[in-house]
Amino acid sequence: MTAVLRLEGVWKSFGDHDVLRGIDLEVDPGEVVALIGASGSGKSTLLRTVNLLEPIDDGRILLSDADISDPRTDVDEVRARIGVVFQQYNLFPHLTVQRNITLALRHVHRMKKAEADAAATALLERVGLVDKASAHPDRLSGGQQQRVAIARAVATSPELLLLDEVTSALDPELVGEVLDLVRDLAVDGMTIVMATHEMAFARDVADRVVFLDAGRILEQGPPAEVFGAPREERTREFLARFTA
Amino acid sequence: MTPAPGSAAADRARTTPGDDDPPREVSAVELERRAFRKRQGAASVVISIVSTLVLAVIAWLLIISTPGWARVQQQFFNLEIALASLPRVWDGFLLNLRVLAMSAVLVLLFGLLLATLRTLRGPVWLPLRALAAAYTDVFRGIPLIIVLYLVGFGIPGLQLIPVRLPTEFWGTIAITLTYSAYVSEVFRAGIEAVHPSQRHAARSLGLSHGQSMRLVVVPQAFRKVTPALMNDFVAMQKDVGLISLLGAVDAVRAAQIETAAYFNFTPYVVAALLFVLLAIPTIRLTDWYTARVRAREQIGGIV
Repeated sequence: MTAVLRLEGVWKSFGDHDVLRGIDLEVDPGEVVALIGASGSGKSTLLRTVNLLEPIDDGRILLSDADISDPRTDVDEVRARIGVVFQQYNLFPHLTVQRNITLALRHVHRMKKAEADAAATALLERVGLVDKASAHPDRLSGGQQQRVAIARAVATSPELLLLDEVTSALDPELVGEVLDLVRDLAVDGMTIVMATHEMAFARDVADRVVFLDAGRILEQGPPAEVFGAPREERTREFLARFTA
Repeated sequence: MTPAPGSAAADRARTTPGDDDPPREVSAVELERRAFRKRQGAASVVISIVSTLVLAVIAWLLIISTPGWARVQQQFFNLEIALASLPRVWDGFLLNLRVLAMSAVLVLLFGLLLATLRTLRGPVWLPLRALAAAYTDVFRGIPLIIVLYLVGFGIPGLQLIPVRLPTEFWGTIAITLTYSAYVSEVFRAGIEAVHPSQRHAARSLGLSHGQSMRLVVVPQAFRKVTPALMNDFVAMQKDVGLISLLGAVDAVRAAQIETAAYFNFTPYVVAALLFVLLAIPTIRLTDWYTARVRAREQIGGIV
């Protein structure tokens, strides 16, 4: 089975500061990988390099065995195969919820309007927001906006879904509705890499937890192992702060 | 697929609690507050009417008490001459309107093109980027009157085109050249004011740079700069009067001719009134449009 995503010795620095220091990571089809670690440990940067928003300084990134870190890569084509959900939702405020979802379907995947609309309606039903289809994003609560953002990201059936701390901007009350949706996607077999601070959720949904510290993968394994019996002192410290 | 979490029904139940509760009694404190606000509101209406009247009367008395008022009234505000000159000035004004409509469309298109050229990335586009930048520098620097003379008298002199084009054609070109430079800077500011995360989101979906600009960035930029654009439009409404310098018989030139015929300045006031009447609806329309967009796309429109 070929990996959906493979990182080989990925380095990334901003000026003198090395944010990623030789990351090796492999993600299999249908696998859900949770990246945990303190702020500044490189979780978000890692996701941004995979989506080619940040060029890397060394190593390789392969998407379904094709080297996407090669400068000759068609970045638009690669990004069309990867879904991304941002911490701040980043919905398009000038478009309705429906149009937010159909935008890529129509303009990147060249779908007919009727087809794209049908797909959007089906997705909105799934995220429980059919009645908001013609509303503009600012009229929605944070949780509803994030559910639309997830619908927008998965509308194009991406090979890989990247979630960048998707619940960090939400009230505790609204976190649940978003996490439930992510859980559904995981159950349906979506390949997901997510940066998260929701330890309980990572333990519950992820197949593998990866602990990042200062730009390196310090340890990784099934949630039960990493949370239950962390091998590294640094991991224990980090988890102790979260469960305290 | 499990039942949708946080479904629409669940949201309604949470966000509007107690729809079935009996109507709430309004407290005495709130009733007293409402009565106070009402009294205060009535008082402020009376005060504003009185102060406006007082100011108007003072201004009027000051003007008519000046020693030359009778002569000025005769020379500038003569109703008879106003009515007599109106048809010709109006005909000229229609020419201004045609030039304005044409230039407005051309300025929008050309201004947006210039602004987009300046956002292009990559070495291939360097000449176009530089050209667009140089263009805005040059045409914001040259006074409109000089552009009018250079275009209106210079280009026909080249005899590139065998037929003689009307002066209002060259006037339209000159106004478009100058105003596009200003408007492109307004657009550029709008494009830069759209948060980079919007571009990231668009590119993440696989949209190309051009598609992201066209579908995501420019529409948002347009909304941000509508008031500034309308400001330029109002300025342009008046500057179309400068085509009279090329000899086109527009409202200004017609007023000039009438003024000479009657030995009276009233036709200029007539032309001025027409320009003011043109500007007011534009300004109101802008206010109405921006309010509508805000109401549709944003919450908290009153702050």
